[in-house]
Parts: sequence; structure tokens; C-alpha cells
Amino acid sequence: MTYGIEAAGLTKRFGETQALAGVDLAAPEGTVLGVLGPNGAGKTTAVRVLATLLQPDSGSARVAGFDVLRQPAEVRARIGLTGQYASVDEDLTGTQNLLLIGQLLGLRTAQARTRAAELLEWFDLTEAAGRVAKTYSGGMRRRLDLAVSLVGRPSVIFLDEPTTGLDPAKREEMWDVVRRIVAEGATVLLTTQYLEEADALADEITVIDSGRVIAHNTPDGLKHHIGGQRLRVRPVDPGRTQEVRRILVDLTRCVPELSRGELTCRVDDDSLLPELVGRLQVTGIAVSELSLHLPSLDEVFLTLTGRPTSDTTEEAA
Amino acid sequence: MTTTVPAGTGRQVPLADRGTPTTSSLWRQAQVLARRSLIKTWRTPEALIDVTLQPVVFLGLFTYVFGGAIAGGSQQAYLQFLLPGLLGQTIAMASVSLGQNLNADIEKGVFDRFRSLPIGRSAPLVGAVMADLVRYLILFVVIMVVGTLMGFDATNGWLGILASLVLSMGFALCFGWISVYVGMIARTAGAVQGIMFLLILPLSFGSNTFVATETMPGWLQAFVDVNPISHLVSAVRGLMLGGPVAGNLVWTLVWMAGLLVVFAPLAVRAYRRRA
Repeated sequence: MTYGIEAAGLTKRFGETQALAGVDLAAPEGTVLGVLGPNGAGKTTAVRVLATLLQPDSGSARVAGFDVLRQPAEVRARIGLTGQYASVDEDLTGTQNLLLIGQLLGLRTAQARTRAAELLEWFDLTEAAGRVAKTYSGGMRRRLDLAVSLVGRPSVIFLDEPTTGLDPAKREEMWDVVRRIVAEGATVLLTTQYLEEADALADEITVIDSGRVIAHNTPDGLKHHIGGQRLRVRPVDPGRTQEVRRILVDLTRCVPELSRGELTCRVDDDSLLPELVGRLQVTGIAVSELSLHLPSLDEVFLTLTGRPTSDTTEEAA
Repeated sequence: MTTTVPAGTGRQVPLADRGTPTTSSLWRQAQVLARRSLIKTWRTPEALIDVTLQPVVFLGLFTYVFGGAIAGGSQQAYLQFLLPGLLGQTIAMASVSLGQNLNADIEKGVFDRFRSLPIGRSAPLVGAVMADLVRYLILFVVIMVVGTLMGFDATNGWLGILASLVLSMGFALCFGWISVYVGMIARTAGAVQGIMFLLILPLSFGSNTFVATETMPGWLQAFVDVNPISHLVSAVRGLMLGGPVAGNLVWTLVWMAGLLVVFAPLAVRAYRRRA
């Protein structure tokens, strides 16, 4: 198998902080690798090493088939980097940002213009093309950032927390954009703090914490390992909680946890929800809350490490 | 490695035709990046205060406040002496914003993108210095026009002015690398300004910019005599007003080469190391 991204034993220390303590990563060509972890886990440091911005203390990495330490120029010619902070130039317009990168990459002005117009249209930014990036909304800025990183038609793309700070609607919009890019055949490394996001986009997920890999699996494998999704039911009448519990046990064979009038079950099967709704309707139990969702990062970490996320240190730059 | 990828195939796909990576020359990259700096300057005209209003205010203040006392009562005579000196000082001061802007670019993450591109490591720095030339040109024109309106007379004529222009622009481009270097090593843009002023104030006042050096104590005269700004100012005085030029011209050129050879590599190295 050929890998778009391959890293072994990466370490990096900043003063007292061991940002990376031996990280292995692998993304086969044309796949999406999700790197999941809390703030300060070392996600950004790993991306910076792979994008040739930072030299690791030890370890090795190959990106797009080239060694990041020995052939950085070859790597740079094949990657696109989208920062955690949208690193577009705020004082330039959308078009000017894209032209700048195109011309730096050696496109002739006319070619750079065509490429800019093409990407602006693709990212639905044509109307804002002449406006200074400072005036863009958070979502537009992320899209422009992504567009800029695609000017050179990279075969490996790094998306460092592409949706952090976006509201849920904008997040889904961004996911669609990422899916369309993946469909073009690029290898993507996506860092995120949301299991939901990694689940939605990644072929494989590597979970890191304090600079170490603590799990690597497919989204389904990982969800299975941490007990799938969480089903929550809260009957309007607390007196009927026991009835709801019996229905849940019957349907899922789980052991529901009860907390403040709310029953929670770990489930693996998406089709349970309609069944449950049907049963509740038949028995005439009104519910004030009924939800099926993926565990939060906190729940994931609690399951994987037996302790909450170590979200105490700032992500080392 | 030298061919470019054909763009604009009409298809709305962001990654199609992925092929040979493109390349461009360092000169072209620096030009493109210089244009970026100029667009930013154009958008924030207040960033030009240090090369427009500031020299005018200095010219007025020094001529009319100190002129009478220093040049034996003749403000006119003092202006003849002061203008080349002020040119040297304001060029040094105008270099501060270069390092500040570069430092801010790094903070904002804009340079991370440049660093992830297959371009020359020094291109963003060279581009910024090139763009600064426009600011120094504005500075030169402003000082000459306002000075002339105030009564300055370049007795050597146009050729002297032209030669002064070339020399001072060259000096500015070399001196600017100090600011670039400080911009790379300082933590914040504010710190760049602090460090640069600490350097520029003694350099510009501890020179023959404002007064003849005979009244200074010996140790200070020794400093003034090797100070690059003194040499630049003396050379420009000679070129515009007549008098000996050659010695100061040579020393100015030596300083320019020295500043460039020392600070340009230092700045590029600091830029590469800055994580």
C-alpha cells in the first residue's frame, strides 16, 4: 500500500512541554486520517512537523512519498496547509489572496487569475471576491483559507481544526466542502476535537493525548470500542421512568443509567430510535427529551484512558 | 520542475490536472511578495505617516526651534546643514515599520503559509525589503519638496540630488535588514519598535546630523566618526551642496556592504529557525 502520510516515532519538546512523545501516523493515499485529541494533545505540532514547518527532535516522516527532513522542497510542492487560525492575509481581498499564492507557485498572471476565479466559484465566494478578507464571516474565511491551500493542486492536504469556532450549521457546510475535496482523490489529514467530525469525515482515526497515540481505529471500530452512541430518554412523568427502563432493556439489552430523571444507554444500532419512538407511542409515554448522539471527546477519553481529557495546557505552537 | 500546470480547464474541480509541481524564481517570488506589501500599504495610508508627516514636522521643528541658536542666528543656514542630516535620520526611523510588519505577519500565521510553499526561504523577507523602497522614495521626495519650499537650495543641482537619491535609497535597503533581523527575533511588534529605537536614537543623534561634531567630547567624536549615518549624511551634504565626497562615499558603501552581509543572512537564518 502507498501512503500519502507516514510518520514514525515523532518527538518534539518545547522547553518543559513534551508536545510529541513518539507519534506514529499513517494515511494510505486517497484516504482521510482523523487525528482526534483535546487542546494541547500535540495535534498542531504534528501537522507542523509533517508540513515541514518544524523539525522534530527525533522520528521520521514521509509525505507524498518524500522525506520531510531530507526533501522538504519536494514535500512543500505537494502539500496544502490550512491553519487552525485561518491564515489568509486579512488586508487582501479573496482574489488577491489566491493570486498571491498562484503567482508564488509560478503560475503566469493569467493562469493565476483563472485558477483564482475557479476556486472562488467552487467555494461559493465569487460575490465576496473583491472584498477584503477582514470583512469575511468565520465560515467564509475558512473557505477562503481552504481555497488558498488548494491553489497548487496538492496531493496531501492538512486541515488543522477546520471547524473549530464555527456554529453547527457552518460546520456541516464545511464538512460538505471537505468531502468534495476528498472525492478528488487527495490524501487528507484532519485534526479535530470532535469525535462527530472525525466520524463524519475520516476513514481512520488516530486518537492522541499528551503527545502520545492512545488509539487507532476505523470510526466504527473506535465507536464499538467506546460503546457506540448514547441514547437518552427523559419521560415527562418521572413516575413512568421504570416503564421506559423496561422498554430500553427490552430493545437494546443495555443497562440504562439513570441520572436526574434521564435514562442513558450505550447503543450500536441506528435503527433503534424509530423502534423506541413506536414503543413509546403505543404505551402512551410522553418524553421531554429523546436523543441519539456520539460520545463527546470527554466521554471518549474517559473510556480510553480512564481519566478525563488533559485539557489544561495550551496547544503548543 | 520548470513547467507550469495548465489552469482554467473550465472544469469546476479544485485538484484536477495535478501534475508536475510548479516553480518560480526567487526574484519573481520576491516581486510578488513586494506587491503584497504595497497593497497593504495602499490600504492603510496611515502607515505612511513616518515617511510623510513625520519628516515635515521634524524639518519644521528643528529648523525653527534650534536653527537660530545653532547656526549663529541663521535658520536658512541651518536648514542647508540640517536637511541632509534629517534625511539620514528619517531613513533610519522609517526602517522600524519593516521589522514590525514582518513580526506581525509571523504572529498572524500568514508566514506559516509562505513557509509551507515551495518558494525560496528568503523570498518573503526580500519582498518586504523591496516594497519598503517605495516608502523611502516617498520620504526622499517629501523632504526635498518641503525643504525646497522652506528655502533649501541644492547648490550642486539636479545631478547632486539624483546621486543623493541613489545613495540614500541604497543605504536604506541595506540598513533595513537590521530591522528585518530584529523583527525575526523579537517576540512582539511592540518589542521590535523598542529595540529599534534604542539603536536608532544614539545612531542618529550621535552623528553629525544636527550639529557639527567639534563641540562633542572626544569619545563621542570617535563614535560619530565611525557611525554609518554620519558617513551617509556627509556624503549627501557633499553631493548636494559641494565639498569633499569621495571619502564619505566610500565609507558609506563599505557600511552598506557590511550591514547587508551581516544582517541579511542573520535575518534569513532567524526566520528559518523561528518555529
